[in-house]
Amino acid sequence: MSLTLTLHTEPEVPLEAEALKPERFEGMTAAQISAVTVLYGNQQAPLGDFFRVAGQPDGELCIRGDVTRVKMIGAGMTRGRVVVEGNAGMHLGAAMSGGEIFVAGNAGDWVGAEMSGGSIVVKGNAGHLLGSAARGGRVGVRGGEIIVHGNAGNEIGSGMRRGFIAVAGDSGDFTGVNMLAGTVVVLGRLGWRTGAGMKRGSIVSCHPAELLPTFSYACTYRPVSLRLVFGHLRARGLPVAQEHFAARYHRWSGDGIESNRGEVLLLAA
Amino acid sequence: MLIDDVVIVDTFAEAFAMWGARVLITAENEKWALAAARSMTGFATSVIGCKCEAGIERAVPATETPDGRPGMAVLLFTTSEDGLAKRLVERVGQCVMTCPTTACYNALASESMVVVGGSLRYFGDGFQASKLLDSRRFWRVPVMDGEFVVEERFGVQPAVGGGNLLLLGEDVAPTLAAAEAAAAAMRTVPGVILPFPDGVVRSGSKVGSRYKSVIASTNDAYCPTLRAVATASQLPDEVGCVLEIVIDGLDLPAVEEAMRRGLAAAPRSGLRQISAGNYGGNLGQYKIALRDLLPGARREG
Repeated sequence: MSLTLTLHTEPEVPLEAEALKPERFEGMTAAQISAVTVLYGNQQAPLGDFFRVAGQPDGELCIRGDVTRVKMIGAGMTRGRVVVEGNAGMHLGAAMSGGEIFVAGNAGDWVGAEMSGGSIVVKGNAGHLLGSAARGGRVGVRGGEIIVHGNAGNEIGSGMRRGFIAVAGDSGDFTGVNMLAGTVVVLGRLGWRTGAGMKRGSIVSCHPAELLPTFSYACTYRPVSLRLVFGHLRARGLPVAQEHFAARYHRWSGDGIESNRGEVLLLAA
Repeated sequence: MLIDDVVIVDTFAEAFAMWGARVLITAENEKWALAAARSMTGFATSVIGCKCEAGIERAVPATETPDGRPGMAVLLFTTSEDGLAKRLVERVGQCVMTCPTTACYNALASESMVVVGGSLRYFGDGFQASKLLDSRRFWRVPVMDGEFVVEERFGVQPAVGGGNLLLLGEDVAPTLAAAEAAAAAMRTVPGVILPFPDGVVRSGSKVGSRYKSVIASTNDAYCPTLRAVATASQLPDEVGCVLEIVIDGLDLPAVEEAMRRGLAAAPRSGLRQISAGNYGGNLGQYKIALRDLLPGARREG
């Protein structure tokens, strides 16, 4: 049985649990894992105060219960797999460079912020700043992949340099703001001010959207590369409609206030 | 040995170590995928004069291609890994990128990879972009009908070239019919191509020439018109036409299987012998004995 942490006491204030990643527990016993400290408010507290530990570390960590108030699950992880069977808190997988995270429920803000590798799958909704740069930072995601089966909030992919973000539902405002490169796909609707300040990279949506006046219409065509992207997403379990593969897309170039090398592809009606 | 009264000469085909790649070309429809594949495999009959040997392996249905469009699988062979990289860049760049609606993907899983799209991307003059999906990078080069998508790296692997059969017949018609049947049977083997026109070559060659600058010259031992003057003619009196089928494959078993199917399909009335070309076993790394391909063949006498 893989290592399983079951929430028995819900924290009243957020628990900053950067330790919750498989590599942190390699070679440890259940007692040792229970004694690992996490930050509870402004105090150190043992993990055992909140979680019941079962199973053996084998590279996979399963977290059971609603851990909405548990932050930084899988943050900085380099290998292994984390499965959150309920909802997850903020900064899930932040700065991770390898491994996989799967969340069966929803995830909070800052999912995969500044990650450089690995993959995150959220079956429910994700909050704001998905795959973004930290406040004050100029570069967000540097690699890896984030897949959200539900909706996502504002500023997803902000400062993204490379990597891949896909949202099956809608995204909020400022999707791909200040993007440097990489790909953001939103199968649903985009919010306002998509791609503001983007330099390069691709933002794709299967719905029309109103873009900033600093974006210029280029053409309407059938991008072969989107067929590859959609095939990839379908293989990941996202519901890409068959007609979207060969459809025509409006290509907009922007942001004109930057290098104008970015693109926004919007499904043509 | 005999098959349907056709003599299978107790000899061997001498094959050579080569490097091979498999390229998948897709397009808006099969017509344009085929157009690109034909262009890419044109002037690629022999490494002696064309620097590479290439052919269409098979049509690939849309359900099996990365972008869901109909495709053509092309095999390309050269004598070195470096040479293969150069030929791929040249031929994908000049024959596939230029063809309307096409895209080009690696279709050979290998530990050895050579850069193709990573070189061709510069045609985009700074406007190129890429997508990284499942650790495969695809370059998007802006072109006048939209974008040309080409994979950054292509797999290459050691391969086998120069497997062959020589079909010796009484006249052109039965020999040609035998060659056509053999070539059709050989093409059913995955991983092989027959690089000559429609799979058949009439100008078989030997190594060297009486002229210093010519590295290969006509195979006089199999030319009917030279029966009386060639020093070592291999032609029985009744043979008036010889055609050869050359086989390149991604591995030796594929070449052997193609030769086996060709041997089984060729015999017919008017065909007298099936032989194979070799250089005494002194040049090639592989010897493919015809008798080993047909263990069930009837022994003469």
